[in-house]
Formats: sequence, C-alpha cells, structure tokens
Amino acid sequence: MIEVKDLTKRFAEQTAVDHVSFVVNKGEILGFLGPNGAGKTTTMRILTGFLPATSGSAQVAGFDVFNDSLEVRKRIGYLPENPPLYLDMTVTAYLEFVARIKNVPAEKRAALVEDALAKTNIVDKRHELIKRLSRGYKQRVGLAQALVHDPEIIILDEPTAGLDPKQIIEVRHLIKGLAGSHTIILSTHILPEVSMTCDRVVIINRGRIAAIDTPANLTTQLKGGQNVRLEVGADQNAVCAAIRELPGVRKVSGEPAGGNGRVVVTVEASPGQDVRSQIASKVVGKGWPLYELRGVSLSLEEIFLELTTEDSASPN
Amino acid sequence: MKGIYAVYRKEMGHYFVSPVAYIIVAVFLILTAYFFNRLMVLIIQESFQASIEEAQFGGGQAFDVPSLVMRNFFGVLSTLLLFLTPMLTMSVYAEERRRGTMELLMTSPVTDLEIVLGKFFASLTLLVIMLLPTAIGFAYMLRHAEPTAPWRVLGSEYLGVLLLGAALLALGSFFSSVTESQLIAAMLSFGAILLLWVLDFGSQAGSSVWASSLEYLSVFRHYDDFTRGVIDTSNVIFYLSFIFLGVFLTIRSVDSMRWRRA
Ligand SMILES: Nc1ncnc2c1ncn2[C@@H]1O[C@H](COP(=O)(O)OP(=O)(O)OP(=O)(O)O)[C@@H](O)[C@H]1O
Ligand SMILES: [Mg+2]
Repeated sequence: MIEVKDLTKRFAEQTAVDHVSFVVNKGEILGFLGPNGAGKTTTMRILTGFLPATSGSAQVAGFDVFNDSLEVRKRIGYLPENPPLYLDMTVTAYLEFVARIKNVPAEKRAALVEDALAKTNIVDKRHELIKRLSRGYKQRVGLAQALVHDPEIIILDEPTAGLDPKQIIEVRHLIKGLAGSHTIILSTHILPEVSMTCDRVVIINRGRIAAIDTPANLTTQLKGGQNVRLEVGADQNAVCAAIRELPGVRKVSGEPAGGNGRVVVTVEASPGQDVRSQIASKVVGKGWPLYELRGVSLSLEEIFLELTTEDSASPN
Repeated sequence: MKGIYAVYRKEMGHYFVSPVAYIIVAVFLILTAYFFNRLMVLIIQESFQASIEEAQFGGGQAFDVPSLVMRNFFGVLSTLLLFLTPMLTMSVYAEERRRGTMELLMTSPVTDLEIVLGKFFASLTLLVIMLLPTAIGFAYMLRHAEPTAPWRVLGSEYLGVLLLGAALLALGSFFSSVTESQLIAAMLSFGAILLLWVLDFGSQAGSSVWASSLEYLSVFRHYDDFTRGVIDTSNVIFYLSFIFLGVFLTIRSVDSMRWRRA
C-alpha cells in the first residue's frame, strides 16, 4: 500500500531523512518510533505531499507522492503534528468543512461527521467553538478530522499527544479497530504504544532507520542474549557465586525477595545463549528450593535506547 | 470546482465570525456615508452659486449635480480602497500558515488553484458586500435628482471600483502568501499599493517612454475613465491582467511553500 524507497530529505543545514526505505502492507499498522528530531514528521510530510523529497521515491496506493500528489491526497487522512484547526469554527462546522474539501459527496457528509464525532468521543462538544476546547479535545478534533472521510490510508503524527490516560487507551483501541480496513502509519515517542498497537515498528534515529520488525521480534531477537530471572530459597551470595560459574553467563545480580529467606537473582546471558536449563539443574543439584525461573525479554524501551544510543555513538 | 466552493464557504464563514471584517465594513460605511453627505452639500452649494451667477450674467452651463457627486465620490472611494484592502487580505494566507492549517489544505485533494481562487472570490464577495449600501444611496439619488445622470455612468463607476478593488485584493493576497505575519503582509501590500499610486505622480511631468510606461502601470490612472462614465476596453484589460498576474503569483507562492519550507 505504501512503498518508500531510499527517501532522502535534506534541509539547508542537515539531512532530516536519510535513505529511508520501508513498505506498509494493506491493513497494517506501522509505528514510527524515534527520539526528537529523528525525521518522523518530515517523512510523514513527504508521504502526504506537503514536502517534496530531495531524492528517492514514495508510492502511496500505487501513486507517486510527488507526480500524482492529488491522487495520493484523495486517499489519505492526515493528522499533522500540530492539529490544523480553525479556531473560530464549531467542531461540527469544522468537520463538515474538512469532509467537503476531502470530496465527500453531500449526501454522505452528515453521517460521516457523526461517525467521526462518535469515534473520537467528542459528540458532547460538537457545538463548541474549537478555541474553547482544552488541549486534549483539540487533539481529538484533529484526529476526527483525519478520519472523517473514511480514507484508505491514515497517517497520524503523534495521535495520542496531549491526551489523558483514559483517552490514550481509547484512541489506541480506535486505531486498532481501524486496522484491517485501513492502512495506518503513526508516530510516537511512547514505547508501549508501539508494542500495543502496531503490527510493525520502524525505529528511526537521525534520519536513518535503525530497525524494522514486529514489536515481538524486536524484543526477542534484536538483543542477542536473554535475561533470566529466578527465585531461590537460599543464601544470596552462594546462589550468585554458583551461577556465575556457569558457561555463557555474563552477569549475575541478586537481591532478597522480601523477608522470606528467598533471593531473586537476575542473570544476563551472553548473546545467543540459553542458559535456563543449566541454571535449573545447578540450583536443583545444590538442593536449593527453586520457586521461579523465567526468561525476561528486554522491553522495547531498552532496545530503543540501545539502538539509538549505539547509532549516535558511532561516528558518521 | 468543488474545491473552490469549499474554500470559498470556509473563508466567508471566517469573515463573518471575525470582528475584523465587521469593523472594516463598518468603518468603510461610516466614511463613505460621510463623504457622500459632504460632497452632496458642497456640490449643491456650488450649483446654487452657479445658477445665481447664471441669472446675473447669463449664459453658463447647467450644473450636473448627480454626475459631479458620483465622480468625486468614486475618486474618494479609490483612496479608501487603498487603505482598506490590505486589511481584508492580510490574514488570508499568513494566518493559515501561522496556525498550520495550510498543512490541512495542502494535503487535501484540492489544487493550489482552487485554494487561491476560493480565497480570492471570498475577498471579492466581501468587497461587493461593502459596496452594496453605497449603491442604494446612488440609486435613490438618480431616481430623484433633476436633471438626473444616466444609469450607465453609475454602472461604469461601479465596474471601475470593482476592477480596481479586485486588483488590489489580488495584490494583497499575494503579499499575504509570502509571510506568516499578518502585520508584514499588510505593510507589504500597503507599500506596494502606495507605490503603484505614486507612479502616477512622477509620470505627469515627463513624457519619455519611461514615464509613459510608468504611467501605464499606475493602478489608479486606469480608474479615472470609469469615474467619468467611460468604459475603455484597454482599462478593463489592464485590470484583468493585473488580477490574473496577482492570482498567478499567489498560486506560485502557495506552490512554493512546499519548497520553501525547506
Ligand atoms: N522546515 C525545516 N527546515 C529546516 N530543518 C527542518 C525543518 N523541518 C524539520 N527540520 C529538521 O529535520 C529534522 C527532523 O525533524 P522532524 O520534525 O522530522 O523530527 P521528528 O522525528 O518529527 O521529531 P519530534 O519527535 O520532535 O516531532 C530535525 O533536526 C529538524 O530540525
Ligand atoms: Mg515530529
């Protein structure tokens, strides 16, 4: 549905997007994850025809974003980083205007506006002037605006920015519900958001793609070594020392598990090593009671930090 | 086409919720009513004077009060437009750029041409709304004056003021599209209009090719014939080309926002 190849955008002083390539399949949700200034907004602006790329190509629904910009614009709903609101309008008037410029035929307009109001939970604010709304409500109106014409492709630049926790959850549900019939790209800084809503993640840093994969794969594969957590009913130092002797173990740390004489030990294995069975036999062999043993995968947050710090540490 | 209408509707809505438009229209109407009144009084006094002299010395020409009022009034009107049109157009693009709503327009399936025309027609409509009440005054005058002036003259004067106004609006819109600041937009269009006005002054002395081409460029010079009830095609063409150029430059400028944002 969306195909980006070697996309590059240079501004006067810097390269905001640097040879970025990725594909988004129909019905998929792709998450764009990256620190401030990574180039997320710039990429989205190129996809929506607001900015031209310096080089490379991008196709949306089979149309080139530069040469067939109008065809692309017919098929997308876009929530820019700053919601593009006309403050003097009421919510309904604004959504009707957007439906109109998005070529929604007159007879469908009212129904679609109702739909968008309901989906983004702003029915009770429909007659308010947009300038009187709080930040979170403005964000929701921006979101409603991106959905109002029921576009095939939805591009959302930080859709949950400024929302309260309850709304964040609702918006995530909404986005998940739109997948399948819509193709979605969203950007965010919030890591759990990506693992919760997205089918695949693009991690981008300083304009370059650091990784593309499913959240699950990123969490398990990207980092070679696996961490293991175990709870043992024995002396902390003895347990740590015993495990440290095992091959493939890189680091061991322990702490008491809350006054019941047990100890919680975290083991970091070398990349590509599964040390769980060795640890289990060692502990059981020593005759210590083993209450729990499980592999702990890195959180997306750790991967994100790892990838992006590695990248900025390397000279370029 | 649909895009033009959508943008047009939005702009009109914006004019009518913003106090700025009401204030501009109100100021315009108060000023025009004042001038209309003053001109009437002055010219009627002069005509009395003339008829007294005529009775004393004989001969002389009949004093055509309605034509004189109209001609002078439309002269004043052009000066008012000089001040008011920059205020009508200053926010048209600058405000959308500042608020980020330009990003919505430019990523919607409307062409730059549709955006520019929709906005231009909306500002033109506001100009017509501003001028309408003055037409009522003149219609009343022409019906009741004795001797009266031909309606054709009034028509030519309104055509002139519309063309001049449209040209100034096109110019102002262009300047609004080059900046994010309403104030800068207003200053630039005001300066440009003033410049086009004084081009006329300098040219009256000389008679070189240079002077006459400067004179040709003066937007207000082409307006004079209209106030005398003369519709000269070359003047109409001048204004239409001016409007066309303004609209064209605005389209280029909107289009270049995609590039300039770099
Ligand atoms: N109009 C512009 N002119 C010059 N540089 C720009 C422009 N827009 C963006 N940049 C630069 O390009 C880089 C990428 O910016 P971009 O807005 O795409 O980042 P982002 O990933 O969206 O960041 P954030 O998470 O803060 O929204 C930044 O370093 C920014 O300074
Ligand atoms: Mg951004």
